[in-house]
Amino acid sequence: MTWSEMWSLLEPECWNTAYMVGWSTLLAVAGGLPLGILLVLSERGGLLQNVVVNKVLGQVVNITRSMPFIILMVALTGFTRSVTGTSIGRDAAIVPLAIGAIPFFARLVETAVREVDGGLVEAVQSMGGNTLTIVRKVLVPEALPSLIASATTTLVALIGYSAMAGTVGAGGLGDLAVRYGYQRFETGLMWVIVVILAVVISLVQFAGDYAARAVHHRGARSGPAPKLRLLKAREPAAADVTEVA
Amino acid sequence: MITTSGLTKVYRSRGREVTALDGVDLHVREGEVHGVIGQSGAGKSSLIRCVNLLERPTSGTVTVAGEDLTALAGRGPRAGRELRRARSRIGMVFQHFNLLSSRTVQDNVELPLEILGKSGKERSRKALELLDLVGLADRAKAHPAQLSGGQKQRVGIARALAGDPKVLLSDEATSALDPETTRSILQLLRDLNRQLGLTVLLITHEMDVVKSICDSAALMAKGRIVESGTVGELLATPGSALASALFPVGGGASGADRTVLDVTFHGEAAAQPVVSRLARTYHIDVSILGAAVDTVGGLQVGRMRIELPGRWEDNVVPVGFLREQGLQIDVVEPEGHEPVLVKEGAK
Repeated sequence: MTWSEMWSLLEPECWNTAYMVGWSTLLAVAGGLPLGILLVLSERGGLLQNVVVNKVLGQVVNITRSMPFIILMVALTGFTRSVTGTSIGRDAAIVPLAIGAIPFFARLVETAVREVDGGLVEAVQSMGGNTLTIVRKVLVPEALPSLIASATTTLVALIGYSAMAGTVGAGGLGDLAVRYGYQRFETGLMWVIVVILAVVISLVQFAGDYAARAVHHRGARSGPAPKLRLLKAREPAAADVTEVA
Repeated sequence: MITTSGLTKVYRSRGREVTALDGVDLHVREGEVHGVIGQSGAGKSSLIRCVNLLERPTSGTVTVAGEDLTALAGRGPRAGRELRRARSRIGMVFQHFNLLSSRTVQDNVELPLEILGKSGKERSRKALELLDLVGLADRAKAHPAQLSGGQKQRVGIARALAGDPKVLLSDEATSALDPETTRSILQLLRDLNRQLGLTVLLITHEMDVVKSICDSAALMAKGRIVESGTVGELLATPGSALASALFPVGGGASGADRTVLDVTFHGEAAAQPVVSRLARTYHIDVSILGAAVDTVGGLQVGRMRIELPGRWEDNVVPVGFLREQGLQIDVVEPEGHEPVLVKEGAK
């Protein structure tokens, strides 16, 4: 297989991957952020303490996360069809990708938000702030560096998940690697894809780290160094990625 | 200005009950700086957090500026609109400053104004004015991480004043600061108290805080207020643990058959040469075990621990003489039971 042949196969699949991963990350953040915050607020001693809601949400998150992505995709076929009108193709793949990533991101959000100093919440309460104010002005802005790191982790995980979207005909780089590299013994193409993915993931991680550091206003004088915090937020997630893939 | 009556707070955890406040009646007059002092675990923190209902008291009432906050609180665990509005009129300063690291100094001071729904222009005008008041006008655009501890607390104070409160609560505001910074922050609180007529309730475990800025003080132990009053009243109370802790003099009896007395001078008595007069009148040898002169709550006070030969029964007449001179005499027990607060400084 020549370079130009490879490229003609690769180019559309790159866009497919970007399309799926981009949309599903967006949806995962949109869904996972409120869910993660709600998990913190509803826990015992939380601002909106509600043990029933907390237990139910926690269970839903656990169940969704414990399901292998490929099973989740199959299980959601009916739902996917009702949302997008079809159960095959890249639009259809976005639905299970997003649904799989929402609880993943929500758990990361939960950890990030819980790390916000309770004293800050108390300070805003003492000023007469309500719960919405606390969420908007304290929890989200103060956790923002960790939240950005979490979104980066989610995006990277979704690039991994998206390889499996090939089974519903969504295409993407992962699918290409399986079909050509594994099933047709085109090892060269497979390695090219591996390299592309490695470069893309490094770039995403770099951009994410950069953005997280840019919104981090902790001076050298107090608190742990920004790098350390990012690593801390990333570690459990890294374990998850291998578990799924 | 601040009144609590019968305030109790019981924490329940894993079936165990811990009584943090056990019927606290506190009264803080308008325009004064009132200090509540006690060891950790005495209930001071619970008390101050009950004043703006960050902590819901188990029973009892809290009235601030004539408004019964416990009545506003309602029954649910969440603060309703009424309570939140009342809280916005009470400033609070924290031990660990609690500034948002995501915001600049100015934006931190603007936060309470945002909550009050003030316009952007009004917020920045007020914030800059307050930063000027606390001496940080030039750091408005800095982030809290770039400030020293004392500067952070100044921002905390500016923020607490943003809603034009009549009452300021200070929760160990200087406990995380070094002695020199502590003095400057206390001076600032004192100035604000005088300039703005601000009523300040502060809790602390440092005697020096009470000594340098408080008009009145209360001593807490085991969830109760053990002693309270203006600093002058406390010093005039025989056997007051708070007075002797505010103003410690050391020294024990040099042997049996000795009487040890604590002599407190304030006002005019301080100028009299009482010790030499005592020695001359009764022909006794007076040893001075310890003495100190200090300013407490703006009053010049002296305290001296002296030893007279002979037991208490033998010294009734000389002690009577000293009392006639307008001095306050406390007899120190030979066993030397230590006042409650002496060990506090170790923290």
